[in-house]
Amino acid sequence: MSSFKIAIASGKGGVGKTTISVLLYHQLQKTMNETISLVDCDVEEPNSRIFFPASTQTNKEVAYQEIPMIDTTLCSFCRKCVNVCEFNAIMMVSALEHAEVNESLCHSCGACEYVCDRQALGTKRVAIGEMSQHNTSTGVLYEGRLEIGSVMQTRLIGMLKEWGATDHLTIYDAPPGTSCSVVETLDEMDYVILVAEETSFGLHDLKLIVRLVKALQLPFGVLINKAGLGTTPLKAYLEQEHIELLGEVPHNLEFAKASAQADIFSNIPWSIQTSLERVTQKIKHKRVEL
Amino acid sequence: MREITVLSGKGGAGKTSITAALASLCPEAIYCDNDVDASDLHLIFSPQKEQSYPFEYGWEMTIDPLKCNGCQLCESLCRFQAIHVNKDGKAEMKLFKCEGCRLCERSCPQKAISAKVNRNNHWFISSTRFGYLVHAEMGVGEENSGKLVSLIRKESRALAKQQGIGYVINDGPPGIGCSTIASITGTHAVLVVIETSESGWHDAIRVLELAKKWDVPTYAIINKVDINPVLSEKINLYLKKKHIPLLASIPWSKEFVESMERQQNIIEYSQDNVLKASLQNVWDAIK
Repeated sequence: MSSFKIAIASGKGGVGKTTISVLLYHQLQKTMNETISLVDCDVEEPNSRIFFPASTQTNKEVAYQEIPMIDTTLCSFCRKCVNVCEFNAIMMVSALEHAEVNESLCHSCGACEYVCDRQALGTKRVAIGEMSQHNTSTGVLYEGRLEIGSVMQTRLIGMLKEWGATDHLTIYDAPPGTSCSVVETLDEMDYVILVAEETSFGLHDLKLIVRLVKALQLPFGVLINKAGLGTTPLKAYLEQEHIELLGEVPHNLEFAKASAQADIFSNIPWSIQTSLERVTQKIKHKRVEL
Repeated sequence: MREITVLSGKGGAGKTSITAALASLCPEAIYCDNDVDASDLHLIFSPQKEQSYPFEYGWEMTIDPLKCNGCQLCESLCRFQAIHVNKDGKAEMKLFKCEGCRLCERSCPQKAISAKVNRNNHWFISSTRFGYLVHAEMGVGEENSGKLVSLIRKESRALAKQQGIGYVINDGPPGIGCSTIASITGTHAVLVVIETSESGWHDAIRVLELAKKWDVPTYAIINKVDINPVLSEKINLYLKKKHIPLLASIPWSKEFVESMERQQNIIEYSQDNVLKASLQNVWDAIK
């Protein structure tokens, strides 16, 4: 079978992106006769693997960012690099013949190296996180894990997607929010499932992420999670905007408790199981249609 | 002036509910919504916008197809894979991938690329029943949320000083990346809301480590304590060992959702005096 990339996203955190991601990964694996992968793109707080305590790590790689280093024996202190750096990452005191790059501000864009007449800029590698591959009971899981204190979450997501590139059906668990790290996750997706809850916060943040997927011109649908918990008329919004409702996963406190113990697969309530089966059917159809 | 930031690592752990509750317990503060990506505090605060400002940061690039000769130099230099030359031999920009370094503009031999200041983000000072709220709205898919967080925190402190108000309370973003770091640096205290799930705990540890790295005094609340009692014991022990004061353990309650649906905080909505007293303890300990 061919590659098919599905992202699971939501504006709001805590609506169940990871829960839905791992459940769909599990369900798809059961019903489709092929390898399924799950890529945990929430590199700031990667949680998918918690639900597979018996998984085994099969590969690992440290992700690096290239930071320029200024060789002050070659530098003429002309300040061209300082002037082109849009991120104010280069500090230079010409009188003291001092020049350095602030790692936490640098975007590794290469502009400084490009303008330097003296080849005074070399590079050093700084670790921004780790990428790892795991065999789970149901398939292959890729995880990105940002180094604590690093601000390079978006870069790491891009690297993880390249490192864990597959040629089959793959689920991408996105970080919360609507900014650059989410955009990076959604890039080149074939389909996006937006997870939402029927609360005022849930609807507000759903509207934000809908605006984003529309701007990115990606096909998408909405899956309501914890249905019945809140009272906000989210379905009315979907109807009004002609957004496809993919299904509803009912709120179930017992299941939430099992999930809080990372014990998610052993006792999936019937109502949730039925809903998952419907969604996986829809995913299969989308794959044919798109 | 004392600045307090509420964080959790995991989304949906209860940051905004707790921040909103503090608003009824703290006599006077400036509230600042640091979750600029998906801000929700205003849904409880019902703010009236009084002042609105554009946040000008970064660049929006444009390529003139009439000047572009398809030499591919920009494509080869761009480290963000934001440019590719299409089948008509013209460079095209994926604005969502562009980080605004302007290397393409500076290197283009045809001078086909230009930049204009990005004005897609806005921030506001609003009045609410709890006092001033400083908050922001980001343009679709914008980057630099960390810079926007730093800016609104600075403006909140300035407003507190100008109004003679003793506290700034920040409702933080999820995660541990650039916007979380921007919400931690220089704050006086971090209040970490720990959701009692394996995910919530995993994420909270990463936030606690981040706060430690920036040397900020840290306090904790355990939320939804009854959804995993075994784990809650484990969290308790960990906090004791690390000398992190545990200020409250709050059980899961549908009232949090119900209050949110009525644009109220839990102190305004709930009749549960035990819960209210335990939140009062939180404020008394961090104030």
